[in-house]
Amino acid sequence: MSISIPSNKYLFPIEPRRSALLSDLWQYQLSERYISDAAIRHLADAHHLSVIEVEGVASFYHFFQRQPAGKHTIYLDNSIVATLKGSEKIKVAFEQATGARTGSVDASGTFGLFDTPCIGLSDHQPAALIDFYPFTDLNEKKVKEIVDLLRQGKTAKEIYDVPDDHLRYLPDNNRSILFADENTGEAVGKLQAHTPESILELLQKTDIRGKGGAFFSTWLKWDACRKQAASPKFIICNADEGEPGTFKDRVLLNSQTPSMLEGMIIAAYTVGATYGIIYLRGEYRWLEEKIQQNIDDFRAKGLLGVNAAGIKGFKFDIRLETGAGSYVCGEETALLESLEGKRGEPRIKMYLPVEKGYLQLPTVVNNVETFCTVARLLQMGLSEYIKRGIPGSPGTKLISISGDCRLPGTYEIEWGMPVLELLDLCQADDPFMIQVSGPSGHSISMKEQHHRICMPGAGIPDSMNCGGSFMVFGKNNDLLDILLNFASFFKQESCGVCTPCRAGNFIIQRKLAHLCHGTGDSADLQELKKWAILMEASSRCGLGKTAGNAIIDTIEKFENYFSQRLPETGNTGIRAFDMVAAVQEYEKFKPLAP
Amino acid sequence: MKKKCAFWIDGKSYEADEGENLVDAALAHQLFIPSLCYHKHLEPPLGTCRTCICKINGKYGPACTEKVHDGLQIELNTPELLDMRKAVVEMMFAEGNHFCPSCEKSGACDLQHMGYELGVATARFPHLFEDRLIDFKPKRMIMEHNRCIKCRRCVEEVFTDEGKRVFMYVNRGNETFVGIDYEQESRLSEAQALHAMKLCPTGAIIVRGESLPRPLGDRIFDNQSVQKDFHSAPIQQMEADPKEKKRVATVSLAGCFGCHMSLLDIDTGILDVAELVSFDKSPLTDIKKFSGRCHLGLVEGGCCNSHNIEVLQYFRKMCDVLVVVGECAVWGGVPAMRNTIPLSECLEEAYLHSLTSETGETIIPYHEDLPKMLDRVYACNEIVKVDYSIPGCPPSAEHIWKAVKSILFGAEFSLLYAEFKYD
Ligand SMILES: Cc1cc2nc3c(=O)[nH]c(=O)nc-3n(C[C@H](O)[C@H](O)[C@H](O)COP(=O)(O)O)c2cc1C
Ligand code: SF4
Ligand code: SF4
Ligand code: SF4
Ligand code: FES
Repeated sequence: MSISIPSNKYLFPIEPRRSALLSDLWQYQLSERYISDAAIRHLADAHHLSVIEVEGVASFYHFFQRQPAGKHTIYLDNSIVATLKGSEKIKVAFEQATGARTGSVDASGTFGLFDTPCIGLSDHQPAALIDFYPFTDLNEKKVKEIVDLLRQGKTAKEIYDVPDDHLRYLPDNNRSILFADENTGEAVGKLQAHTPESILELLQKTDIRGKGGAFFSTWLKWDACRKQAASPKFIICNADEGEPGTFKDRVLLNSQTPSMLEGMIIAAYTVGATYGIIYLRGEYRWLEEKIQQNIDDFRAKGLLGVNAAGIKGFKFDIRLETGAGSYVCGEETALLESLEGKRGEPRIKMYLPVEKGYLQLPTVVNNVETFCTVARLLQMGLSEYIKRGIPGSPGTKLISISGDCRLPGTYEIEWGMPVLELLDLCQADDPFMIQVSGPSGHSISMKEQHHRICMPGAGIPDSMNCGGSFMVFGKNNDLLDILLNFASFFKQESCGVCTPCRAGNFIIQRKLAHLCHGTGDSADLQELKKWAILMEASSRCGLGKTAGNAIIDTIEKFENYFSQRLPETGNTGIRAFDMVAAVQEYEKFKPLAP
Repeated sequence: MKKKCAFWIDGKSYEADEGENLVDAALAHQLFIPSLCYHKHLEPPLGTCRTCICKINGKYGPACTEKVHDGLQIELNTPELLDMRKAVVEMMFAEGNHFCPSCEKSGACDLQHMGYELGVATARFPHLFEDRLIDFKPKRMIMEHNRCIKCRRCVEEVFTDEGKRVFMYVNRGNETFVGIDYEQESRLSEAQALHAMKLCPTGAIIVRGESLPRPLGDRIFDNQSVQKDFHSAPIQQMEADPKEKKRVATVSLAGCFGCHMSLLDIDTGILDVAELVSFDKSPLTDIKKFSGRCHLGLVEGGCCNSHNIEVLQYFRKMCDVLVVVGECAVWGGVPAMRNTIPLSECLEEAYLHSLTSETGETIIPYHEDLPKMLDRVYACNEIVKVDYSIPGCPPSAEHIWKAVKSILFGAEFSLLYAEFKYD
């Protein structure tokens, strides 16, 4: 075993060794294709931890395999959009081509085949990651070809598909913000003319809010961090994009990394931070090289390092860290835990990250798109920026559209666009239900087609917000199947720390499976709704709080649908029961006829 | 001197030291906020169990992570919040596999105690019956994963002298369990190991040789409750002058007949009962068939075979009010111990591989006329709508009859702590 561990070389000097634990685990995963008991023991010794503590961390992230996972490890996307696009057939094709059953490795140890939640390629479904490289728009023939090539000794890196950005729509008349023409360094070049206060003022006037889904005011966050006495401070870019159906950050990371880095530099200058970390989701490992090149390039240009961006005494550097398969790590405090080399469990809300964040130091966490937007704002200035969007909700939003439409892809819309217009743009012919902002967001029916997409709290009547994911479902879908897919996702992705989410999602998933199976009635639906409300009130973090949203929404908005889909609750008091299924196992003991 | 502050609970103002934990500050004023993971000296608080949910300045949040300060507004005992906290505790019973009658911690268990305090008669959620490990490998301890509520106390509190963790969460989601490090565990002193067992709010950490329970009636929670009237009230004499006797039917499904025995335990009280009710179909009367509709049906036991299901469905049809009696009927109880194991394994073990079975001589019974075994034991409320649940293994006679009479004659009743026993 030649891995030199722990390798804290890439950490900033202030960071403890423990922060390298995830990266250490990755080294084993990539070189040995799994994390052996020996590796766990070795890491425990090297980090002065007990074996169970390392085990606890490794087992939290689903890309860390504790059993050999094949020379080539295939992760097939099982998100709802993938299912819609025929991933079941692709699964069978992979099973036939590789000889591996899903969830295991073939007899020769060549291929491991696993399911994974949304890999950020909803515009390219069915899609899979093979050895962490993307393979998109799969069909049965293509699967066979890929597997053949791998058998012949090709590597995934040599043959993967570079996903198209599918940039379908930008605001007319050069009104794009995120994709405006720019030269690297232009935005940070303007820093010379700014004080931290003037940047905060600019953010306040443009009312830029977080684009990661929570819409928290960016200037308030930065200002709070700036006011902290403790140092050093950290700027963290949340590139974990785990919300199923979202792939807008993938597109930005692919083509706008310089903007993002500039945004981070602007943030650092404003709050007085010294270190920056990009937390990239494991699913986007294939973008790692590109991002790292950009960072190196920035260093070479003097935009990072001592006297960063040419500003005397401003020291700021950025490094890249990669997650390992966990949706909840997108939650900012879970992300901080993960960066500290721990299990990605959200913290209790006693302190904000700006007060006690990474390593208990003041930390700003923002989404990729937020940083990009700030950079572009600095470049174009206040007067240009506020021309976009509508009064009360200025600016634009990047939206990932997928599902039952002819033009899935990335759309930069100005705030204020009606739902119907967006549906027309993406050529959704027969929309029935739209899941906005992902499974944790909101389900809308066509009754809301005239609602305008804006930032929340802008006081605009008949409006709704969108965090980025926009999944269109046509009439041929079963809403219960969709809800079951979401519930299975949350059940798997719950961090397991608090009761309502850990147990609640499982309980809900079971009940939905029964309903899909046909054993259940409308009374069960009402029960589900009550449980979802309970989880919303009592869960510890946003995951559990929002996991029941789609259930609550669809039950309210699709009453007619469900009343036809499910039998009425009779007044006999007798619940549906599948006796045949219940005695099936016992029937095995029926003696053969003599 | 610490600074005092005034905070509000349910519209009343109280005083406390500023910065004191809300759970403690409330208790100092005899206001009970249920809590399970909260462990006084652990800072920051764990905030994992969510039993302490209340409304803090108008928003839902856990009390145990809140420090009191001037003007803090708490809503605590609204009907909605009372029900939510109860639901969270029910969720723990539904998630784990809690067989209190065979648990070393019974009577000294915080979870069980919380169940009594909050009046958990049944879980509104179907039990999950996940197969969980009982880990006998540690040197001093047995880890009973069926009972762990993942409160995190042991994770944050038990360290070796070298400062290494002994317990740690493993996996995530519903597969999360608290793993124990065998090597580090073996380094704990006897006192440290005992401390781990004590701090665990449930019976998940058992130190070998320390598992002898104190006698019934003398256990930690047997004589302690926040309910003021927790000592059993004597059975109320029925003033009612029933014009017609109420018809009652009873049945024992997948139970041990213990609940029926308990019914008879009422001694001479049975005379009082006989004045009020007449028995229809019941093993007590040996009447095999319903003679007509009944006012009330009492069901002991859950459903383990096809016959149980049919009988239960028929009972539902024939009885106006259906009451399930005892743990087995309420959620499966002891027979449900098989629910985490596949049926074939159970049958093969019982009929083919057991000590008394001779190879090739024994078979697994199957006949047209025999009821068919179900894949698992089902609680009654999974099969039919249940009107009332009376928990206990078995519930005492007084407890059952008090409930039955109250239900039949429309009197209000609540189960008091001391009557309320799961074991
Ligand atoms: C379960 C969960 C998952 C999240 N995932 C992401 C994510 O993938 N990307 C992201 O930017 N924010 C995510 N967030 C929101 C972050 O917690 C945080 O609000 C955000 O990163 C702040 O950046 P912003 O203000 O720029 O949006 C998630 C939140 C929750 C509760
Ligand atoms: S709500 Fe879910 S993800 Fe969040 S802390 Fe609780 S268990 Fe973890
Ligand atoms: S006594 Fe406590 S830990 Fe033991 S089975 Fe009952 S509830 Fe569970
Ligand atoms: S073993 Fe006990 S102390 Fe540890 S998490 Fe489980 S219930 Fe809590
Ligand atoms: S006691 Fe408050 S969350 Fe457990």
